[in-house]
Amino acid sequence: MGAPAPDFNLPGLDNLPIDLKSLVGKLIYLDFWASWCGPCRLSFPWMNELHDQLGDQGLHILAVNVDAKRSDAMRFLAEARPTFQVAFDPAGLTPRAYNVRAMPTSVIIDRRGVIAASHAGFSTSNAALVRREIERLLGVSR
Amino acid sequence: MRLVSSNNLPRLFFLAVAAAALLPACSSVTPVAAWEKGTLARPEMTFDWDRLESDYAEHTYNSKESAAGGAGVGGGGCGCN
Repeated sequence: MGAPAPDFNLPGLDNLPIDLKSLVGKLIYLDFWASWCGPCRLSFPWMNELHDQLGDQGLHILAVNVDAKRSDAMRFLAEARPTFQVAFDPAGLTPRAYNVRAMPTSVIIDRRGVIAASHAGFSTSNAALVRREIERLLGVSR
Repeated sequence: MRLVSSNNLPRLFFLAVAAAALLPACSSVTPVAAWEKGTLARPEMTFDWDRLESDYAEHTYNSKESAAGGAGVGGGGCGCN
């Protein structure tokens, strides 16, 4: 926390590269997920909601998939239908760089590209707290 | 009896050298990272992937022992459930 977010360049759904540097200026919710991880799957409807409600306020969600096989991820994405950005890192270079210890792990990167918060795991009870934190960082009050 | 007697020293030295030589072999065993547990999370990697069969077995066991519970642990092996 407080450290600059490690840079990366990963292919997205359209195979075009997604560069973290190009997202600086937005509040980034970086999520590491896999299709085989139950809580990760649960977090998708929540992230969809987050994107739909706070996307206009400057929140950018980037969900990095760490499945070894892209086809496993695609099968899940077909039912989850994310409205936010998805990237693929089967080699697991980014979770290593971000020191991921549990699945899923989410990292909040502030507008200057500095890691503001990090959360391990996903539960609906904790999700409300994370959302409040995001709203605080965005400067949105409800 | 002293543990380290003078005629034990060569043997101790040999053991120390052998241990030191074998130690690097342990370093090749790296723990599985959280994002690499896809295979471990597969249903067939659990002890009771056939829920119905294990329920029967558990019921039989509980009847025989006249006690229930204490079988298995929570979680699916992927470290996330």
